[in-house]
Amino acid sequence: MSEVKCILLVGVGGQGTILMSKILSIGLMEMGFDVKMSEIHGMSQRGGSVTTQIKYGDKIFAPNIGAGEADVIVAFEKAEALRTLPYLKKGGRIIMDDREIFPTSVLTGVQEYPHNTVELLKAAGPKVTVVPAAEIAQKLGNIRVQNIVLLGALIQELDLPDVNWKRLVSGNVPQKALELNLVAFEKGRSIAMCV
Amino acid sequence: MMPKQIMSGDEAIARGAYEAGCSVAAAYPGTPSTEILENMALYKNEIYCQWACNEKVATEIACGASIGGARSLAAMKHVGMNVATDPIFSIGYAGVNGGMVIVTADDPGCHSSQNEQDNRNYAPHAKIAMLEPSDSQECKDYTAMAFELSERFDTPILLRVTTRVCHSKSVVELKERQQVEVKPYRRQTEKYAMLPATARRRHLMREQLLQKMEEYSNQCPLNRFEWNEGSKIGVISSGISYQHSREVFGDSASYLKLGLTYPLPGKMIEEFGRRCETIYVVEENDPYLENAVRALGIPCIGKEKIPICGELNAQIVREALLNAPPPDAYQVDTKAPVRPPVLCAGCPHRGFFYTISKNLSKIVPVGDIGCYSLGVDAPFNGFDFSICMGAGLSAIIGLSKALELQGDSRKALGMLGDSTFFHSGITSLIDIVTSEANVIACILDNSITAMTGHQDNPGTTKNLMGLPSPAIDLDMVVRSTGIAKDRVRIVNPLDVTAMLAAIADGIAVKGPFVIITKSPCILIKEVARANAGKHCEIDAEKCKSCKMCVKIACPSLAYIDNKATIVDPVNCNACGLCLQMCKFDAIKKVEVSI
Repeated sequence: MSEVKCILLVGVGGQGTILMSKILSIGLMEMGFDVKMSEIHGMSQRGGSVTTQIKYGDKIFAPNIGAGEADVIVAFEKAEALRTLPYLKKGGRIIMDDREIFPTSVLTGVQEYPHNTVELLKAAGPKVTVVPAAEIAQKLGNIRVQNIVLLGALIQELDLPDVNWKRLVSGNVPQKALELNLVAFEKGRSIAMCV
Repeated sequence: MMPKQIMSGDEAIARGAYEAGCSVAAAYPGTPSTEILENMALYKNEIYCQWACNEKVATEIACGASIGGARSLAAMKHVGMNVATDPIFSIGYAGVNGGMVIVTADDPGCHSSQNEQDNRNYAPHAKIAMLEPSDSQECKDYTAMAFELSERFDTPILLRVTTRVCHSKSVVELKERQQVEVKPYRRQTEKYAMLPATARRRHLMREQLLQKMEEYSNQCPLNRFEWNEGSKIGVISSGISYQHSREVFGDSASYLKLGLTYPLPGKMIEEFGRRCETIYVVEENDPYLENAVRALGIPCIGKEKIPICGELNAQIVREALLNAPPPDAYQVDTKAPVRPPVLCAGCPHRGFFYTISKNLSKIVPVGDIGCYSLGVDAPFNGFDFSICMGAGLSAIIGLSKALELQGDSRKALGMLGDSTFFHSGITSLIDIVTSEANVIACILDNSITAMTGHQDNPGTTKNLMGLPSPAIDLDMVVRSTGIAKDRVRIVNPLDVTAMLAAIADGIAVKGPFVIITKSPCILIKEVARANAGKHCEIDAEKCKSCKMCVKIACPSLAYIDNKATIVDPVNCNACGLCLQMCKFDAIKKVEVSI
């Protein structure tokens, strides 16, 4: 029986974590794994912290990931990586965008934003790969494809055998932005290859 | 082989109803149940589906369809079922013609709800059978089976799911739609006309039916033993808690996996009790199963160890029952800043709440259920309490009396949105007017049911199946109560001056006063398209660092290095609220072509 793998996608409501996890889940299913993906939406889409959990293996029971259980954390935002660190397994890794989105408490000067998060995380021990996905997406023409850049990076990092990921991306993104998404996916892959 | 698809529990319930030949479905949106009807609309050629005004109406639509002979479904969140219990308790006596399924989506952990009530308790209370699926495949299979059981036993079926089941996605094997003929309708007053004489007879028949169903429960394939020979531990569980239990105990325990959880299979529970040395009952929230196990005289371990409050996960169960410490994890001392959900940049409610915050010495504001519940915290402190849908307008009647009795001169002000007004605010407004209550009733009309993800409501011009529908004129509904014209204000909530004037007028008069704010949710596609490229800019030279603009807590605007800045021009849509805060003319609207 193959080991159960746990991936946690974290970000801020509106960043597209759910679409990325959807494509990832379909790909993992096509690879023959049992897959469970869990997320909580509703109020959290209004700029709050969001978390999507994906578990895959021969047979998955509980859909959610507990503290110290995630093999990989993919963070769409810097402070969110810091927030979810306790969920990472010892020996696990973090793939993160170093983009900063200030919550209200920081905007209004009540709390400090942890600008040094990447250093803090690295010092704590896990392998940290920084992918400036939002910046790449912005340069490609639309910050909203940040999720697909990160998907490309994750696929590369996890070295997932060849499902036709591009076909899955094509089938699940808005068709008018198809080309942009495919470029974003490739860009994510190649960046992850280099770092 | 049939095709496989990754589906959420909600999608799978819709698919199950489709495959089972359901032909009428209704709901009022509510997390985590909303996507059931949204996905049902994918099958609109086969299933008539509609957003109802509220859960009671949705259930009654399903009742009528069922009595008429069609397989029908009504879906709601747990608190929505409170609204719908009136017809549910009666249809429980009457039974069905076409199969009828009522879905309750409970929310252990209150992810997006005002309480975490356990609606399993409704099944014995309303005397209707209940099924509890534990993943998406089961959501589909159980829904389909629910229609069959409903017709076989002449009972509506309560399909009870929870947030984690509704919103988790897993692999589902699809089937074709079963062709189910609509059963002929015929007049049967002795069964369906629920007058006292009928009710007395039907109650007796219902009690006999429940005994029959309990017998069936012991043979029902949805209730099963999973024996692991040699293990002394037995786990009794249902729904998502079964999945957690399997994760925790693996092959080291035997399981009694319950799918038909009302009526419960007494004989199976007794047999399980005889064959296991230690029985754990693993369930979220109330000791529903545990009480039933104990009533059979079987000792078990349940709520003495497993928390009654909040959502469970494998780790909580592991710690509670096995005293296992949490796995080793990385630690850092620095804490991430809190990031609760907030009103979006450009949200019209922000203007409303800013003006409320300026009047807190003269009003006592009361909230309701919707996006505007996000106005409760600092910096707005926009309302003092909220109860349930509609209470924003009713509670202020009583509050105004209590304030008067203690000589508090502040005026009670209630608020709710357009969808909530249609859901259960109209009757509240009627009572405000007829009781001449000294209150200000605010209806925040943003032209959509926003919090649950933009469902149409009676005030919009489209229905769930994408067809044009006549919009109910909210202003005319208000006027039709007979309230004097000079006691109603219709204002743009993003116009601070107009808003402040409307509230001042409302405070100045004694008796009922209505403020209708009109500005569409900025996330409505057409609105977002119209605003694309528009945003605000702040001239750093002109900014005098007074921080006035920061007081509106807009997520697109930050105070960095002693200057106000638009940090997120993409999401800023130049609503102009910050402009009205600035006394130094430092903020201007700009538009870039996209």
